[in-house]
Amino acid sequence: MIYHPVLIVGGGLAGLRAAIAVHDAGLDCAVISRVHPVRSHSVAAQGGINAALGNAEGARDDTWEKHAYDTIKGSDFLADQDAVERMTREAPARVYEMEHWGCPFSRLADGRIAQRPFGGAGYPRTCYAADKTGHALLHTMWEQCVKRGIRTYQEFLVLSLTVREGRALGLIALNILTGEIVPLAADRILFATGGAGRIFGRSTNALINTGSGLAIAYQAEVPLKDMEFIQFHPTALFGTNILMTEGCRGEGGYLVNAEGKRFMEKYASKAMELAPRDIVARSIQTEINEGRGFGKGGAGGGYIHLDLRHLGAKKIKERLPGIRDICLNFAGIDPIDTPIPVQPGQHYTMGGIDTDVTGAAPVEGLYAAGECACVSVHGANRLGGNSLLDTMVFGKLAGDAMAESLAGNANRTEPAPEARTLLEEDLRKTRDRAHRLMAGDGTEDPSAIRDRLKDVMIEKVGIFRDRGTLTEALAEVRELKERVAHIKVRSQARVFNLDLVTNVELEGMLEVAEVIALGALQREESRGSHYRLDFTSRNDADWLKHTLAHRTPEGPQLDYSPVAITHYQPVERKY
Amino acid sequence: MPEDTFALRIFRFDPESGKDPGYQDFQVPRGGRSGGLTVLEALFYVLEHQDPGLAFRYSCREAICGSCAMYISGEWKLACQTQVGHALEGNVVTVSALPHLPVIKDLVVDMEPFWRNYEKVKPYLINDGPPPEKERLQSPEDRKGIQEMADCILCAACHSACPSGIANEDYLGPAALTKAYRFVADSRDTAREERLTLVGNEQGIFRCHTIFNCVTSCPKGINQTYSIQQMKKLVMKRNLGLQL
Repeated sequence: MIYHPVLIVGGGLAGLRAAIAVHDAGLDCAVISRVHPVRSHSVAAQGGINAALGNAEGARDDTWEKHAYDTIKGSDFLADQDAVERMTREAPARVYEMEHWGCPFSRLADGRIAQRPFGGAGYPRTCYAADKTGHALLHTMWEQCVKRGIRTYQEFLVLSLTVREGRALGLIALNILTGEIVPLAADRILFATGGAGRIFGRSTNALINTGSGLAIAYQAEVPLKDMEFIQFHPTALFGTNILMTEGCRGEGGYLVNAEGKRFMEKYASKAMELAPRDIVARSIQTEINEGRGFGKGGAGGGYIHLDLRHLGAKKIKERLPGIRDICLNFAGIDPIDTPIPVQPGQHYTMGGIDTDVTGAAPVEGLYAAGECACVSVHGANRLGGNSLLDTMVFGKLAGDAMAESLAGNANRTEPAPEARTLLEEDLRKTRDRAHRLMAGDGTEDPSAIRDRLKDVMIEKVGIFRDRGTLTEALAEVRELKERVAHIKVRSQARVFNLDLVTNVELEGMLEVAEVIALGALQREESRGSHYRLDFTSRNDADWLKHTLAHRTPEGPQLDYSPVAITHYQPVERKY
Repeated sequence: MPEDTFALRIFRFDPESGKDPGYQDFQVPRGGRSGGLTVLEALFYVLEHQDPGLAFRYSCREAICGSCAMYISGEWKLACQTQVGHALEGNVVTVSALPHLPVIKDLVVDMEPFWRNYEKVKPYLINDGPPPEKERLQSPEDRKGIQEMADCILCAACHSACPSGIANEDYLGPAALTKAYRFVADSRDTAREERLTLVGNEQGIFRCHTIFNCVTSCPKGINQTYSIQQMKKLVMKRNLGLQL
C-alpha cells in the first residue's frame, strides 16, 4: 500500500508550497495531482500578489497593518482578523522568498519588485510579473520542487477520504493513466484542491475546477465554511469568460457602458474602477440589467467595455501582454485599438474546508490550504492579489504545522495495521461505487445535467439573489442530484477514462452546489459578494458569523460560528 | 453532409482494444457560443455526445497551462487556442497527438521524455550567496532579457516539432535548452559555467541545426533558436578562453 507520512492533494501553489515546507523540515511527503502540477489553475492567475513591501511610488507608508485593514474591510468584516493579520504580516517574507527562488517579478527602475494598485487597496501593493503572475509563481514553485526531488503522483483523481473516529487515515484515488483504483495511506493529509468554479456557468476557472476536493471532504463529514460566498469577477471576456485581470484597471483602464460613460462614478465615486470586486461586479451587472449594456437580448447575457486604448501600445505590451494575447486569440480584437467586451463571471470560492490559522481542519490529521480552505482570510469578498498570497502563506503554515506535529514520529515507513484495514474497506466501497456508475441504467445524460446545473447556479445563485430564486435553485439542484443516480459511465476503458472522471466530478459538483444554494438561502442579509434583493443591508446583529455546513443523509445541516475580531469593529463599507 | 457541421478527423489509438490505430471522423456542429468554436470544444462535443472513450488532456482552456498541445491540420497548436474556422481544410479538421512522443491513448502522449530533459538542465535558480533580507535587485533591462524564455508553458509542441530529436531521445530539445538559457541569462543566477557545461555538448546545443521548427510551432511566440544560439556563442567564447 502506498504510504507517506504526509500526503498533499493538489499540485497548485498551496500544495507545492506545503510540500516544500514538509520536505525542508526533513520529512517524506508526496503530492497527488489531477494534472501535472504546472497545469494547475494557479498558473492562470494574472494580476499579482499583495505584500506591504512599500516599493512603489506612493506606497512608502504601506504597512502590513494597513494591508490587514484593507483585507478586513474588503471582506465586509466577515474575515477572521487574527488570520488576516497573520497573512499580511507574513506576506513580504513569502514574496521575497519567491524572488530568491527566481520568480521573474517585474521591476522598478531601481531594481526592486514593482507593485501596482489593485481593488480595495489603500496603497499600490500588488507585486506582479507582467500580467502572468500565477504562471511565474507556479513555475518557480515547481522548479523548487524539482530541485528537491519531491515525489508526485500525477494524474491521480482522489475519490474519497478515509476518516474514522475523527481521524484522517488516507485516500482512495483513481490512477487516470492506468484505471487502477488505489489506496494511499498517510499520517497527515493536506487538501489544496482549489475552488469549485465550474459548478457555475460563465466561470473564469479552469475546466478542472469542479470542486471535487471540497465534495470529498464534505462527504467525509468535514465541515465546509461560508460556501455561499462566491466571487464574481467584474471583467471576464465576453464569450469565453476568460479572465481579464483587475490589473487592467490597476494600470488605468476604464469601465464604460453603452452610453459611453464611466459608470463607476455612480457606485463608488472615490475608488471608481478600483472598488472591491463585489461592488464593481454588481455595478456592471446593474448597468447591463437596466439596459445600458451592449449585446442586449442576445444569448450571452450582455456586456460592457473595458477600455485600455488610452494606456497606449507601449504600456499595454509591457504590462498587459497576456491580456492582449487573450483578446487577439479568443476574441479577435486588439485592446490597443478596440475596447474589450467584458461581463461579470464566476471567479473564486471564498468558502471552503473549515480550518484554523495553522491550516488544521476539524478532523485530526487533516489540513487544508489555498482556495479550497476557508480560514477565513477573505470573508465575504476577496481582494484581488490576496489569493496568490493566501496560497503561499497558508501552504507554508500548514506544511510547517504538519511537519511539527509529526516531529519525533516520522520514522514510520508503513501505515499502521488498523489504518490499512480501514483503507482496504474504503477501497472496496469505492470500487463498488465505480462499478455502480458503470452499470447505471443510463436513462439520464450527464452532460445535460451538468449544463443545467451551471445555468441554475449562474442565474439563480449569482450576483443578485432572493428567496424565490434561491428556493428554486435548491429544489432544482436536489432534482439534479436524483437524476444523476441514473447516469451511466459508458466507456469501459481502464486507460484514461474521461467519462468516468467527469462523471465522478459531476456527482461532487452537485453536492457542493447544494451547500452553496442552501447557505445563500439561509443567510438573510447582504454582505460582500452575497447580495440579497430581499435583504439589501448588512445585518451584523444577526449575521456577523460564519456558516458551517455538515453533511447529513437528509442534506446539508447548517450551523454558525463566530468571527474573530481583534482590532476592527465592523463599520459601513464605502468606497 | 449537412452545411452546419464539419468533420473532426481524430487519429485514434486504444491500447486496450487490440485494434490498429487510425483516423476516425466525427460530425460536429459548427458555431457554438458567440466567438466561434475551438478545437478543444469540438473534442468535448465528441466526448460528451459521440464517443465517451475519447482521450485528451485539458485544464485551463486559455492557452496558459500547456495541457492541450496537439498536431492540428498539419500544425503544432494548442487545441484550446485554435479556432475550428482557422483549422479547416475543406470541411475537415484533422487532429492527432503530438508527434515523436509515445502515444498512451488517442491524443494523450507520454510526456516522460520531455520532463526528463527538462529536469536534466537543473531548471531552478542557483545562487551561491546567502539571500539578502529583501529582494535581490534586478534591472528592468535584465528582467526583460529573460521575459520571453520565462513565458514558456512547457506544452512540448517545440520538443515534438524538432527533427533533431526524432531519432534521438537524449537530445535535450528546444524547450529544455530554452529553460537552460532562461537561467543562464538571469542576472541573479551564479551557475552559468555549470549550465553551459550541461548543454555544451552534442546532446545539447550542438545538435541544434537551426531548423526553426520550434519557433514556428510555439504557441507563445518564443524564439527557442535564439536562446540556443546565445548559448552556442557563450560556449564558443569559453572554449576560446574569452571572457563571458
